[in-house]
Amino acid sequence: MKQKSVAVVGAAETTKMGRIPDMSVLGLHADAALNALADCGLKPSDIDGVATAGESPVQLAQYLGITPTWADGTSVGGCSFMLHVRHAAAAINEGLCKTVLITHGESGRSRIGAGRFGGAPSSQNGQFEAPYGPVGPPSMFTIPVLRFMKDVGVSIEELAMVAVIQREWAALNPRATFKDPITIDDVLNSTMIAYPFRLLMCCLVTDGGGALVLTSAERAKDFPQKPVYILGTGESVETPMVSQMEDFTSSKAFRVSGKKAFDEAGISHADVDHLMIYDAFAHLPLYGLEDLGFCGRGEAAKFIWERNTAPPSAGKKGGKLPLNTNGGGLSYMHSGMYGMYALQESVRQMRGIAPAQVPGAKISVSHGVGGMFGASGTVIFTNEA
Amino acid sequence: MDRVLPQPTPETRHFWEGCKAGELRLQRCVACRHSYFPPRPFCPACGNREVEVYPASGRATLYSYVINHRPRPDMGTEPHSIAVVALAEGPRMMTNIVGCPQTPEALVLDMPVEVTFQSFSDEISLPLFTPAKA
Repeated sequence: MKQKSVAVVGAAETTKMGRIPDMSVLGLHADAALNALADCGLKPSDIDGVATAGESPVQLAQYLGITPTWADGTSVGGCSFMLHVRHAAAAINEGLCKTVLITHGESGRSRIGAGRFGGAPSSQNGQFEAPYGPVGPPSMFTIPVLRFMKDVGVSIEELAMVAVIQREWAALNPRATFKDPITIDDVLNSTMIAYPFRLLMCCLVTDGGGALVLTSAERAKDFPQKPVYILGTGESVETPMVSQMEDFTSSKAFRVSGKKAFDEAGISHADVDHLMIYDAFAHLPLYGLEDLGFCGRGEAAKFIWERNTAPPSAGKKGGKLPLNTNGGGLSYMHSGMYGMYALQESVRQMRGIAPAQVPGAKISVSHGVGGMFGASGTVIFTNEA
Repeated sequence: MDRVLPQPTPETRHFWEGCKAGELRLQRCVACRHSYFPPRPFCPACGNREVEVYPASGRATLYSYVINHRPRPDMGTEPHSIAVVALAEGPRMMTNIVGCPQTPEALVLDMPVEVTFQSFSDEISLPLFTPAKA
């Protein structure tokens, strides 16, 4: 896509976050959508493009009273919203629509109006993975990690440190679900979920949602908020079954999506001021840092251990690459498809209004995963026109 | 509770019939000789539709795993492995490692394992793996 041709002009999360038993999935989509529309001073009738995952864009359009000329129901898991941003930018540039609303809502904890997880017994997953007992992401997404730890040389303490440092970021965010500091010992003594994964290495399960409004860079100047421009985007998919990923120590979808986004943006890694890597589990930032090219193979765990991604905290210095500054899926919130919250934090950082604001940040990378290393989407933002 | 079982499709029936007969059946491309899994009626490496079914050796190594401490109701109440093995022929598949303690000490990456079939219904036997006999 053409750099900076499209911008985010509206962005918001649901009014409440965490446990929201009085709202259905569709209600969470609508709450986030109305907040994002208010953020940019628009009404539903001003929207002519819709994109969402989990729910159908048809549900969204009818429920909100939108008559779109463009709709995208790409649903490839938690990074779907990164793909929506990419597709929306292309659609706006092509003139298919002018103003796009992207929504997410999920009743991950309360399960109000929520669907079931998993495929049919005749699907590939149903035949070649489900019979062996996986119970959703905690016992599936985690399967590659012992191979990763052995081949690239990562200790269990280093894996635990990912959660410790993200909790430091969460402590700076009033909306974070968990804010109390934790130690490596706390992580390694928490309940065993699926060896080697303990509870504090796994994401939260909450209710919530978020929405974005995008339009052309030309029109973006007329909106009340500081525009956040899209500099580069990438996407890819690899496999519906974690057992069939090409290499358990590296995600092909991450590599392809990341490279595409960096190439489009025309930037180097040193240009990045702020980074979000979808952290459903503690190993994902390690894969992300290496597969996006911020660290060499086997270097990510040490990079985090040495506080390169940490905030200034308790007299300790902050790092050069602030990562998951909202606290991440491990400590901020995780409704099921977390990608939307990574995008929201990138937008806040680019607007200069994040609770843990990175001073002077100009470029933010938001990288998402879908399924169990099944899909990936990357969006690079800038606040410079 | 009954075990969650696969529902074969026309493209995968030979695999599940093989398991029932005590044979681990893989496929390979007649043109490029690529061996692959899961089953499909064409080669995922080159797209050729001419493929053949052949019996695998049943030998593999333990590639990666977790020990699930929150078993699904049909999996019993004790922690159990959910593993991926690398077959001697190349492809990897998900399975359970059985016939040994479900502990990190007993489940060592790269250890040799071999297939064993366990019957769960008239139609379905699952290919499970057990530590290879020395």
